[in-house]
Amino acid sequence: MTTTTSLDPAATLATERAAAGPTPTTTVQGAGFVTAALATSRRSILQFFRTPQVLMMGSIQGALFLFMFRYVFGGAIQASLPSGLSYVDFLVPGFLVTVILWSGMSAAAGVAEDGASGVYDRLRSLPIPRSAVTVGRSIADFTLMAWGMLITGVVGLLVGFRSHGSIGRVLLGIVVMLAFGYCFTWVFILIGLVAENAQAAQGMTMLVIPFSFISSANVPVTTMPGWMQSFASNQPVSVAVNAVRSLMQGGPNKVGLEHSTTYWIVATAIWGLVIMAFFGTLSVRRFSKMR
Amino acid sequence: MPPIIEATGLTKHYGDVHALAGLDLVAESGRVTALLGPNGAGKTTFISAVATLLKPDSGTLHVAGVDALRDPKAVRRTIGLAGQYASVEEAMTGLENVEMVARLFGLDKATAKRRSAEVLELLDLTDAGDRLVRTYSGGMRRRLDLGASLVGRPQLLLLDEPTTGLDPRSRMELWEAIRNLVADGTDVLLTTQYLEEADQLARDVVIIDHGKVIASGTPDELKGKAGRDVIEVRPRSGSDLAGISEVLAGVAAEPPRTDDDTQRVSASVDGGADQLATVVRLLDERGLVVDDIGLRRPTLDEVFLALTGQPLDPSPTDPDASADAA
Ligand SMILES: Nc1ncnc2c1ncn2[C@@H]1O[C@H](COP(=O)(O)OP(=O)(O)OP(=O)(O)O)[C@@H](O)[C@H]1O
Ligand SMILES: [Mg+2]
Repeated sequence: MTTTTSLDPAATLATERAAAGPTPTTTVQGAGFVTAALATSRRSILQFFRTPQVLMMGSIQGALFLFMFRYVFGGAIQASLPSGLSYVDFLVPGFLVTVILWSGMSAAAGVAEDGASGVYDRLRSLPIPRSAVTVGRSIADFTLMAWGMLITGVVGLLVGFRSHGSIGRVLLGIVVMLAFGYCFTWVFILIGLVAENAQAAQGMTMLVIPFSFISSANVPVTTMPGWMQSFASNQPVSVAVNAVRSLMQGGPNKVGLEHSTTYWIVATAIWGLVIMAFFGTLSVRRFSKMR
Repeated sequence: MPPIIEATGLTKHYGDVHALAGLDLVAESGRVTALLGPNGAGKTTFISAVATLLKPDSGTLHVAGVDALRDPKAVRRTIGLAGQYASVEEAMTGLENVEMVARLFGLDKATAKRRSAEVLELLDLTDAGDRLVRTYSGGMRRRLDLGASLVGRPQLLLLDEPTTGLDPRSRMELWEAIRNLVADGTDVLLTTQYLEEADQLARDVVIIDHGKVIASGTPDELKGKAGRDVIEVRPRSGSDLAGISEVLAGVAAEPPRTDDDTQRVSASVDGGADQLATVVRLLDERGLVVDDIGLRRPTLDEVFLALTGQPLDPSPTDPDASADAA
């Protein structure tokens, strides 16, 4: 009996292994979706907060632009605002929403970098749901975006911004802004995945800039030529800006909007869901696909 | 026990480039298999296929008995990958990096902590474990990357040029670590551009070029086929190169090669150490002064030359020449 066993190479190997100490687990279980998403998002968040240059730039940039808009353009734009509304009160809600775009630019570069550096190769080789990695990334990008909004909000208060809505409405405004921002992170994740290197990603995000400027974020769209107005008042960023502005400043007529606050919130929700469904699906597919 | 890797007729092309051109390979369990080949041979492409990162255009691939094209998820439960470029996070400490991957391998928090500490110990990184990787040297990053790939104790480790860029000491330490892993029952597939590395670590060596296997066997078998040892001489004065070449021609199995850039003459010899002694005597008799003389193993270049009759980097006219010969 013993002779037959020892002739079996597999059995011999197994005995040798047992003798040699810690044996590899032949099959590894692998992390579940939630663990994997949280672990990978933690990595990207630490990357941001522990790289002083990035942290400083990421935080200062928005504040600087807000400062310039407030004091350089404020005087000129004031004239075209509804009476009783100061430019800083008009600007800050819009600016908070465009933080989504500014922080998204570095998010796309980060995704591209992870793809180029081999980090994603490692993650793709691990026994985890691949979609968890992209969801993890979106959680991280969302966190960094929220940080950017916080900084912008504080700077806004410092340069004279005051809300004229009820606490409840202001909070709802913040929720709308954050939720819409989360949906939008998927746009930048897809850009990062497609670009495959940080510079290309940054170049491609330039395409998003018009959404920031041809919008109601910084100026009332009524000052734009008619053909541009129809784009400027209905594109996703404007719709979200209008919802947030209306919520924070006490209703649509206070901020010169035709439709009701509910209209803008619903429009924001629709845009957000459409964007997330489209870009999220493509991102997850792109990341999970074997090349 | 089935082979840990079994590939037949794998192909993968990028435009006109055939990164894999009908690659057949069997790697047995319980040993290190080294994939040896020059730049662009297809080493990374093959590793990526085994790691389920890419889908071959055709062919079959089984990893630990599992069809990697049908069930890549199951394959991921048996492998650990350390890619060609270290993929550790600079803004996390060494320990945090390994712990993250340990968690992703499915270990609970406590086990992940304990295993990660063990792995750092194994790779001599314990002292640096709490430092941000940003402060690590290239060699430390490579070791950490290896640590991350093995912390989940996968059955098969895939190491793509694990020692590229390491100094000789770190290289030796990494070899030692890999040997220990194999002794503990881990299977290893590694790629390298150095024959010596394959020789040191691997029981089986597979030489690939242009996406195809051109030779395989144990290091000794390959050297038997291909590589005679090489005597290399650097004279004190460049004017002696011709004289030395003459001396070497007398003992060498093939015409000696003179490298004007490095001012060296080298020749493949059959007798190894005996021939070296003869050469030293002959040079002395002729009064040729040398700065350096030595016997070394054949390089990958020389093995290539011997196996294929072509240098590693064929000149554009070579294909025509071989077509004429055929
Ligand atoms: N994504 C890609 N797109 C286009 N060509 C590719 C791609 N990946 C690999 N190749 C090509 O396939 C061939 C094999 O590449 P591979 O990276 O497998 O080589 P390698 O043996 O790992 O080389 P090295 O020693 O330089 O790492 C090369 O000619 C390379 O240019
Ligand atoms: Mg390679």
